[in-house]
Amino acid sequence: MSSPLASAKAAPRPAPKMGERTRTFVEAVREATELEMARDPNVVLFGLDVDDPKAIQGTTLGLPEAFGAERVFGTPLSEDAMTGAAIGMALAGLRPIHVHIRMDFLLLAVNQLLNVAAKSRYMYGGRVNVPMVVRAMIGKSWGQGAQHSQGLHSFFMHVPGIKVVAPSTPYDAKGCLAAAVRDDDPVLYVEHRLLHFQKGPVPAEAYTVAPGKARIAVAGDDVTVVGISYMQVEALRAAKYLEDVGVRAEVIDPIWLNPLDIDTITDSVRRTGRLLVVDTGWTNCGAAAEIAAQVAERLQGVRDFRFKRMGFAPTTCPTTPGLENLFYPNARTIAAAARDLVEGRACGWLPAERADLQSIEFKGPF
Amino acid sequence: MHAGLFRSLYRIRRVEEEVARVYASDKIKSPVHLSIGQEAVSVGVCDVLRTDDVVFGTYRGHALYLAKGGDMSAMVAELYGKVTGCTRGKGGSMHLIDTECGVMGTSAVVGTTIANAAGYAYALKVRRSDAVVASFFGDGATEEGVFAETLNFAVLKRLPVLFVCENNGYAIHTAQAKRQGLADICARARAYGMPAERLDGNDVLTLRARAEAAVARMRAGAGPQFIEATTYRWREHVGPGADYHLGYRAQAECEPWQANDSVRVIGELLAPEVRSMIVAAVEREVAEAFAYAETSPFPHPSELMTDIFTEDADELAACQR
Repeated sequence: MSSPLASAKAAPRPAPKMGERTRTFVEAVREATELEMARDPNVVLFGLDVDDPKAIQGTTLGLPEAFGAERVFGTPLSEDAMTGAAIGMALAGLRPIHVHIRMDFLLLAVNQLLNVAAKSRYMYGGRVNVPMVVRAMIGKSWGQGAQHSQGLHSFFMHVPGIKVVAPSTPYDAKGCLAAAVRDDDPVLYVEHRLLHFQKGPVPAEAYTVAPGKARIAVAGDDVTVVGISYMQVEALRAAKYLEDVGVRAEVIDPIWLNPLDIDTITDSVRRTGRLLVVDTGWTNCGAAAEIAAQVAERLQGVRDFRFKRMGFAPTTCPTTPGLENLFYPNARTIAAAARDLVEGRACGWLPAERADLQSIEFKGPF
Repeated sequence: MHAGLFRSLYRIRRVEEEVARVYASDKIKSPVHLSIGQEAVSVGVCDVLRTDDVVFGTYRGHALYLAKGGDMSAMVAELYGKVTGCTRGKGGSMHLIDTECGVMGTSAVVGTTIANAAGYAYALKVRRSDAVVASFFGDGATEEGVFAETLNFAVLKRLPVLFVCENNGYAIHTAQAKRQGLADICARARAYGMPAERLDGNDVLTLRARAEAAVARMRAGAGPQFIEATTYRWREHVGPGADYHLGYRAQAECEPWQANDSVRVIGELLAPEVRSMIVAAVEREVAEAFAYAETSPFPHPSELMTDIFTEDADELAACQR
C-alpha cells in the first residue's frame, strides 16, 4: 500500500450538498466495518460486548448475523490476552478489529500494543507485519469520571510503529476506518463518544481517508486552530464565535495523528502567525505539545508566531457537572484563547453563549 | 528417530557452546540467554510438528528456533548484528524468527507470546486448517496475567494450542517456591479446562511421545493441551558462563541434570559410526555458521529507519521532515 503523505495537499472541505446522503458517525463506523468485512474475508471483529444487544452504541449492529460468530465475537474480560491474540491473528494473515468501549481499558493492553504490535515489523527485520485496528472510545460528559474519560492517544503517538487516527466527522469515520483496516500496520482508531451523535454526509460506497493528510475545515487568515478529535467540533463552533468579533480562524482537523501532516498546519501558521492546538487529552506531553513543537522547529528563524495549547485541566476528571465543565475546553474558551493570541494580550473576552452553538445534550447511561 | 533427535540436540548444544566461547571476544552484539541443558524440551516437542505448524517462544529461544528448523547461519549472524541475520540485525538473540519454518517470534517481555500463539491458533481454526501452534514459555510466565487470560480464551474457543511450560525452576535468580503459592502449574492449567501433564524435560523420548499424542488430539479438534516439562538451566540467566558463585543456587542442584544429559543419553542409543557422522556434520555446520556471521556485512545506516511502517521509509521520513 502506498499512502499519499505530506505530498498530498490538504483541500478546503467541500460543504455538504443538499440531498446528499447523511449518516451519523455511528452508522459510518458500522458501514465501514460491514463493507470491509464483506470485501475481505480476513477481517474479524471482536471485543467486549461487540455481539450484545447494544452493539457498541450501534456500531456493530447486525454484524454478528451478517458475518457469523467466528468473525464477530464478544470476548472474555481479558484486554491483555485479547490484544495479544489480535497480534497473533494478524501474524497469521487475518485483519482484526479489536473494540474497546473505553480508551481507559487500553492501559491493560499497552504491553501488547507497544511492546509487540508496534515493534514486530521492525524487530523482526521486516519479516512480518501486524495489520490490526484497535478502536478505542473516549468518554465525556454525564459524569464519565476519572476512569472513563481519558484521551490517551499521545501515549501511542510517542512510540514508533503504531498509527493513530482520530476522525471527527462521519465522512472521515468511515474513510479512516476503511483505511485502517486495509493498512498493513497496527492502527489505533480513536473514537470520541460525543462524536457518535454527529451527522454528516457519508457516501454509500466504500472509500478511504488515507493516513497523513490533514483537512482545512474552515479557511481563515487570523489564527490557526487545530482541533483534535471531538475538539474539532468545539473549534468549529469557536470559529463562529470569533466571526462575531471579526476574527477569521483557520480550523484544521489533523485526522491522522501518526503519521501527522505537519506541513498543512505549518503552512497555515506561516500565514496566520498564531497557533492554537486544542486536544481531547492533557496538554502535558500531549498531542498538542507535539504539534506546537513540530511547527516551532520548522518556523524558527522563518516566522515568529504565538501559540497556545488547550486540553484537559491538569487534574483528574471530576464527575459533578460544575467541575466537569471546567475540566474541558469548549467553544467559548477556545474562542477566547484564539482572540487573545490574535490580540497578543489577555483581552478578558468570553463570548456570550449562543443557543445554536451549544454542546449536544448527552444523556446517559453511557 | 533417535538419530534425528540426537542431531537436533547436538546442533543446539554445540552452537551455544560456541556462542559462549566466542562471547568473550565481544563480536556477539546481543545479550544471550543460553538454553544449554534445556534443549530436550524444544527438541522433543518440535520433532512432532510439521513445517506448517507454528511455534512462539521466549527470549531463551535459541533451542526452539533451531529445533523447529530455523536457519543456524541466520541465527549466528543475528547475534553478530549482521544484515544477513534472521532479523537483519535488528532483533538480536531475543527476537529470533524464521517464518519459512514456522518460528513466528520470540519476545523479551515474559509471557507476551502466549497470547500471540492463541491468536494465531484462532486464525488457523477460522481457516479450517489442521495445523497447530505450540507456545513455549517458562515457569515465570505462568505468574503473568496474560497466562491466565489466554488459557481461558483457548479453552473457550477450543484453540489448537499446545502450551509448553519449560520449567527450569528459576525466574532469573528467584526460585519457583519463592514466587508461587501453589507451585502446581498443571493444576492451574487444568482449572481452566484443559488436560495437563508434568513430564521430565530431560526425557526426550517420553516428551516426544506425549507431545505427539497431544498434537494428534489437537488436530482432531480436542482444543488446547498443556505440558509442563521440568528442566534445568546449566549456565547463568544471561551470558556465557556459570553463576553458582552468586549463591542463589547450589552446583549440586545441577549435577543430577548433567548426569542425565539428554544429548549424551540419546547419543549413546546410536551406533558409534552413526553418531560420529552426525557429530562431524554438525561441527561443519556450526563452523560454517560462524564463518558466515564473521564475514557478513553490517546493515547499511539507512536501515535504522526502515520497517517502522510498511510504507517506504523515505515517504514517512518526508512526512516527518
